[in-house]
Amino acid sequence: MNAPQALRLEAVSIRLHGRTLVGPLDAVIAPGECLTLMGPSGCGKSTLLNYLAGTLPTVFEAGGRVGVGEVNLTLLPPERRGVGILFQDDLLFPHLSVGGNLAFAMPAAVRASSERRARIEAALAECGLEGMAHRDPATLSGGQRARVALMRTLLALPRVLLLDEPFNKLDSQLRGEFRDFVFGHARRHGLPTVLVTHDEADAQAAGGSTIILGAE
Amino acid sequence: MAEALHALMADTGTAPRGPRHLLRLAPVLTVAAFAVPIACGLVGTLMPAFGYLPAIGGDRWSLDPWRVLRDAPGFSTSLQLTLVVGWASTLLSVLLALAVAGFLHHRAGAKRLGSWLAPLLAMPHSALAIGFAFLILPSGWLVRWVSPGLTGWTIPPDVGTVGAASGWPLIAALVMKETPFLLLMILGALNQVRAAAQIAAARAMGYGPVMAWFKVVLPQVYPQIRLPIYAVLAFSLSVVDVAIILGPGNPPTLAVQAVRWFTDPDTTRYFPAAAAATLLLGVVLASIGAWWLAECMAQPLFRRWMERGVRGGVVTPAAGVGAVVGAVLALLAVMSMLGMLLWSVAEPWRYPDAFPPGLTLDTWTRQSGQLAGPAWTTLLVGVASTVLALVLTLACLENESLTPGPARRTAPAVAAVSAVSASVWLLYLPLLVPQIAFLFGLQVLLIRIGLDATTSAVVWAHLVFVLPYLFLSLAEPWRAFDTRYARAAASLGASPWRVFWRVKLPILLKPLLIASAVAFAISVGQYLPTLFAGAGRVATLTTEAVTLSAGADRRVIGTWTALQALFPLLAYLLATTAPRLVHGHRKGLA
Repeated sequence: MNAPQALRLEAVSIRLHGRTLVGPLDAVIAPGECLTLMGPSGCGKSTLLNYLAGTLPTVFEAGGRVGVGEVNLTLLPPERRGVGILFQDDLLFPHLSVGGNLAFAMPAAVRASSERRARIEAALAECGLEGMAHRDPATLSGGQRARVALMRTLLALPRVLLLDEPFNKLDSQLRGEFRDFVFGHARRHGLPTVLVTHDEADAQAAGGSTIILGAE
Repeated sequence: MAEALHALMADTGTAPRGPRHLLRLAPVLTVAAFAVPIACGLVGTLMPAFGYLPAIGGDRWSLDPWRVLRDAPGFSTSLQLTLVVGWASTLLSVLLALAVAGFLHHRAGAKRLGSWLAPLLAMPHSALAIGFAFLILPSGWLVRWVSPGLTGWTIPPDVGTVGAASGWPLIAALVMKETPFLLLMILGALNQVRAAAQIAAARAMGYGPVMAWFKVVLPQVYPQIRLPIYAVLAFSLSVVDVAIILGPGNPPTLAVQAVRWFTDPDTTRYFPAAAAATLLLGVVLASIGAWWLAECMAQPLFRRWMERGVRGGVVTPAAGVGAVVGAVLALLAVMSMLGMLLWSVAEPWRYPDAFPPGLTLDTWTRQSGQLAGPAWTTLLVGVASTVLALVLTLACLENESLTPGPARRTAPAVAAVSAVSASVWLLYLPLLVPQIAFLFGLQVLLIRIGLDATTSAVVWAHLVFVLPYLFLSLAEPWRAFDTRYARAAASLGASPWRVFWRVKLPILLKPLLIASAVAFAISVGQYLPTLFAGAGRVATLTTEAVTLSAGADRRVIGTWTALQALFPLLAYLLATTAPRLVHGHRKGLA
């Protein structure tokens, strides 16, 4: 991946049945910064994330431009956008081992199997799971699974990181730890990050600006 | 692939258009694959029923076929027998299935019931019928156990069992086979109802567990088992192979009579045969209508019963009795299966010995030459029709998940149910129309296009029945797939193809293999479609076993039916073990 670049939203708007749900929205999120989206249920937070990821259902009409550097993301299919997402659930693939999940994410451009193994081990070490590549994800604790999910997302070398309430299902102690873990990595990798949350504490930990959606 | 491709279309419009367009054809192709043969076949049967079939000299419309049918000896007995067998076996199967479900739901082991039923369900009807005949014949296993010790019968008693004019062995065998089917349907429907919580609430109000099930769960489950019940009714009214093996011979049921005439060397017999087949179609439609009317009339009574607040009553003990009867029938079914296996490896086994004098593989060795050809054909046709059905079904389901709908996002469960109800009637078509009512017409069509008596024709005829079962068993797990896995994979850079092959397919491997095993079992069990599409010249284990059941050595029949039953069982075993081998006991995969 090239040097980190900012994520730019330009006049992004999303409509459903003619009614404007989101926007028009302008924002620049610098590498390593985090934009927090808050607002009541149904205000369109997750819809906006879907739009950024390229998985917006066709019933919605969307307009505007989403760019990273020179690249206009809206012209790309989801798998070529380089938009990594952490969901509320870890969504580790149940049929693959922990290492298999990480390998799934790693670009095929990393050819040598020794190199791939090394990167997987490094990623596991980074999240405190040394030597657990062969484990079944179902046998990990919730906190471990969450960390593997983040490492999986990062191994795909995203340009942008989207966080769709990924801290929600963790208990309060884990929540703080994992939050620091995620934001630490996002800053270190210089990823422009968009966080959707209900929790003020999440927004404060994110440290960036906050947009309240659905506010009149 | 679904979500990723879908999103591609949604946002950018730069999607590769080819595969998407091919997928869009899938529903049309799928419906055509089974609806066209049925429609053409119905027309092709209806015309000779009114005297029109130029190929054999019927060039004038007339009601003569109906007169011949009416005046045929034993016609009214035959019609009456058909009605009694169809209605009695359906009513008993429904009552037993409800009783067993209501009786067992709160007990330990109820969860495993499904996996116990599946092998029983995989048994071809004809194999079970033959095994049951071995059991209940005057010289059968049951009599041998108590003779001559308890009964004093040193020679087999002169009583009619198999072929009894009342048709009770036929009814018993049908109930044995249809009860587990309905039970599985009920278990499937239960997944969509929050049964446990509602039963807990009802029990807190003082209802016993059985009563709570009947009053709270059944009303929610019934709409989803209505079509399966209609299918059971249609099947029981028009079944041929089981009726040939266990039913009375003179006169037989209407369906068997029609088959006899259709396979008569005298081609003028085709006309009354077509009339009988058409009459059977009318009988089936009228019966389904009558059942539906009965539902409508019973509904307010049932509601009043629910709202009266009665906690006691006969329901609980009745369900207990039903469960006992169900257990006895299950035991008989297992003994039927074991019996034919025993016969196939028995040394000459004379009445009244309860067990054969010794075990040997002689019969198998002697029969192996004859068995090999039909066994190979059975395997080939089964695999071919299953693979075809699988490709069509997957294409349909993928196309469906690509088609956007606002409801899909907000409430996947609700959307899935409404999508099901729209297409499900169509899918049930092959199970609601009596086979005999369109297979003759289909044969005429196949002769026209030069496909009759070929293996491809048999594969196609099997596909008509394999497809609905495969679709119905795969649709639910496929629709329940958490699409966020696909989105997560896409966000990791996986192409739609990669998402489909590496994420969706592996996660859904188990339901996919189980649905395929069900489909394969359906193909193995097909008698009439093989007979007609193959013009009697394509022999499978099932057609041969039914033919032999008329009088061959029981040890010989034993080998055929044992092999016939073994095929689906092995397929089922493979389907349940293969995912574990592939995925190495991953706990996250249910």
